[in-house]
Amino acid sequence: MALTTKYQRLIETAQSSGIADLQIGEQEGVLHIRGTAPNADAKNKLWDVYNQLDPNYLSGDVVMNVDVTTQETGSKARVITQNSNLNIRKGPGTEQPIVGKAAKDEIITLISRANDQWWLVRTADGEEGYCYAQYLEPIS
Amino acid sequence: MNLKNLLTVLVLSGSLAFATVSCKSKVSDADLRAKVESSISSNPGVTVDVKEGVVTLSGTVATEDERMAIENSAKSADSKGVKSVVNNIVVNAPQIEINSNDVDLKAKVVDATKDFPTISTTVNDGVITVTGTLEQARVQVLKQSLDALSPKRVDMSSLVIK
Repeated sequence: MALTTKYQRLIETAQSSGIADLQIGEQEGVLHIRGTAPNADAKNKLWDVYNQLDPNYLSGDVVMNVDVTTQETGSKARVITQNSNLNIRKGPGTEQPIVGKAAKDEIITLISRANDQWWLVRTADGEEGYCYAQYLEPIS
Repeated sequence: MNLKNLLTVLVLSGSLAFATVSCKSKVSDADLRAKVESSISSNPGVTVDVKEGVVTLSGTVATEDERMAIENSAKSADSKGVKSVVNNIVVNAPQIEINSNDVDLKAKVVDATKDFPTISTTVNDGVITVTGTLEQARVQVLKQSLDALSPKRVDMSSLVIK
């Protein structure tokens, strides 16, 4: 079955969710979905649909890289680590020295985005440094 | 003679009036163009040209579906005014950028999976392979973290889900 048929509902959901710069394309047997969702809900909805079509994402025939646009400079984000503290580092990379920590569920301020994976942030205590974007949930 | 002249004038002015009216009932090319443009305004990559009611579309879009949808919007923008649509839109799907630099990808995978001590990963030719065990509730977070790195593929088929 063609990937665009298998994931038709996912594609339709993406097209109707107001995803900016939406790109959908099949490359070497993998359906790639890119774009920027207007909010975390739209992103979560996409992942729910994807999970329904391919439980636990085990087929490995989709790579969905959808960002959330509300992660703007100056906005706030919640730390969503599993249970540990989130390391705040001197530079964008885990090889960089740790300069501070943010507790789970702590609210921090986003200063600027270093790259796809790293944000420069400021904690409530005024500590500044880089932390991993995946562990931050935008607060809208 | 006089009567004939009068008749000629009458016929002429009548046909003139008719011609003027028929001209007015027609949509001008400029108006038609504005109508078509507003009907397809969500596609900034497409340009519209109108000549005597014939609409020519050009530009590029990402999919064939989009190309046909634009043609249909143009046709229905003014079903009377649009005589025909020449669809010169080219489908040019943009290549989606993939990170197949294994060294870069490996370093990013290490960062992304730091919080997942029960799994291990390998990176080969842009493909991230995940093995180990993981609680069901965290599978999505893992997949999101790895997909965010734009790899060629994320293979979790050997992952044991608890």
